[in-house]
Amino acid sequence: MDTEKKNRDLQECMVLDHVSYVYGAGTAYEKYALQDINLVLQKGEFIGLIGHTGSGKSTLVQHLNGLLSPTSGHIYYRGNDIGAAGFNKKELRSKVGLVFQYPEHQLFETTVVKDVAFGPKNMGLPQLEIDMRTFAALKEAGVGEDLYDASPFELSGGQKRRVAIAGVLAMQPDILILDEPTAGLDPRGRDEILDRIAKIHAEGNRTVILVSHSMEDVAEYASRLIVMNSGRVFCDGTPKEVFEEYKELEKIGLAAPQVTYLSEALRADGVALPYNATTVEEARELLLADWRGGRG
Amino acid sequence: MIRDITIGQYYPVDSPIHRLDPRVKLSGTMLFLISLFVFSGYLGYVLAALFVGIVIKVSKVPFRYIVRGLRPVLILLLVTVLFNLLLTREGTEIFSFGFIHIYDQGLIFAFLMAIRLVLLVIGTSLMTFTTTPNQLTDGLEKGLRGLKKLHVPVHEIAMMMSIALRFIPILVEETDKIMKAQQARGADFESGKLLQRAKALVPLLVPLIVSAFRRANDLALAMEARCYHGGDGRTKMKPLKYKKRDAVAYLILFGYLGLVIGSGFLF
Repeated sequence: MDTEKKNRDLQECMVLDHVSYVYGAGTAYEKYALQDINLVLQKGEFIGLIGHTGSGKSTLVQHLNGLLSPTSGHIYYRGNDIGAAGFNKKELRSKVGLVFQYPEHQLFETTVVKDVAFGPKNMGLPQLEIDMRTFAALKEAGVGEDLYDASPFELSGGQKRRVAIAGVLAMQPDILILDEPTAGLDPRGRDEILDRIAKIHAEGNRTVILVSHSMEDVAEYASRLIVMNSGRVFCDGTPKEVFEEYKELEKIGLAAPQVTYLSEALRADGVALPYNATTVEEARELLLADWRGGRG
Repeated sequence: MIRDITIGQYYPVDSPIHRLDPRVKLSGTMLFLISLFVFSGYLGYVLAALFVGIVIKVSKVPFRYIVRGLRPVLILLLVTVLFNLLLTREGTEIFSFGFIHIYDQGLIFAFLMAIRLVLLVIGTSLMTFTTTPNQLTDGLEKGLRGLKKLHVPVHEIAMMMSIALRFIPILVEETDKIMKAQQARGADFESGKLLQRAKALVPLLVPLIVSAFRRANDLALAMEARCYHGGDGRTKMKPLKYKKRDAVAYLILFGYLGLVIGSGFLF
């Protein structure tokens, strides 16, 4: 029974088995970008992938949809080895949607609708299905109807980015990967995009992988954090577990969210918080509970 | 795949060749090219090959790295060899089949031409392997300084060259990125008929051109913000100065050229 359930679960997820990747093998620039990565990504998880520039996060996500092939090791999607001969990578790419960094730089069509339709069109779907997916994706990504026929080059930065995300959503992927979706946006644009992504995760029953180097971003939304450092998985757990180790994180040049430091300082000053908060909302609740307890 | 092109890429090691003044390497390459076309006897080939071999050894650039740089000119090489082989009508015929006639002179010509071309490509790429693009344009600017009197905008040309060279790796990277992004949306650049393939390039070329303009704009703005106003009165952080080793290199170069020219009279 247990193995059966385990097998069924494996059918639903992505498994990375001893994956390594070497850049520029045999030249003066040879470099290990990934070293012995072992991960199981469950269906429906909201994963935050964090790490410094050059820690291998972008390289890792490009492996998940087969844009890069591991130098050694295997990746399984729904139990099938994606590196096997005859595996349909084009289909994989529609199931594992990858939104690159600065995705607005890949827009090319004359109208927003045509650009978003590019993905489903490449999948060879009938026109009606293409249209339905396009409009559903535009709505899901929060692009206003007044922009549908505009040129993507006329839009603002935040709007362009949402159109680009819609372009990937239109393929209706099971796994949605976003590489630094908030890079270069102002605080409001950042919150809008992140709320959108949280909604897409909640409504679509999708696995979402959010690549970021901002602890605040991932702490608020992710249910699991994977920390990368020089091509290896440094730690993997819930945000609470990961940020408990903030001294270890500091050693690799990362840090916990500022509110974690604040609660640490409060506890050192004698405020009886049960544990360190990782989001502002959580800190508020802990403080209120403490305050009420103190009065009662 | 795109990253594998090595022609004209700097190979970062420290060697006597790397440390030479770029002007020496520029004029050295010119002299070497001339030397390849002045000799006529077999000894010339031996000398030129020996010279290239010694320079490669001293430069510490791995041989297979250099050989990889030959790949892009392989087709040119094959065509040249074929033309020489099939169109030479000298000497005695050694093979004939239908309209194909191969003469022994043709065989020799084809072989020698191939060697000449390989030496030529290796010689020029050695310069770019051992000199950064910046040093190269610096060397050009200083070396051609005299042309300023003829109202040739030497500084501007050098600046344009160094910007263009600097943008090559950026655009290669950008192409790679956009290609991947479109592949992630199911684009297919590898299969289909010619027309389909040309059409498939639109999602790659439009964003690439847009981004090239954006970068050019940003760069122009950044240069203006740093008060760039052309070459007049501009000083250098590392001005080029000839050192003793450069003089030695010039001596070796002219010695080599003399030997090659001399070898023609020996045979």
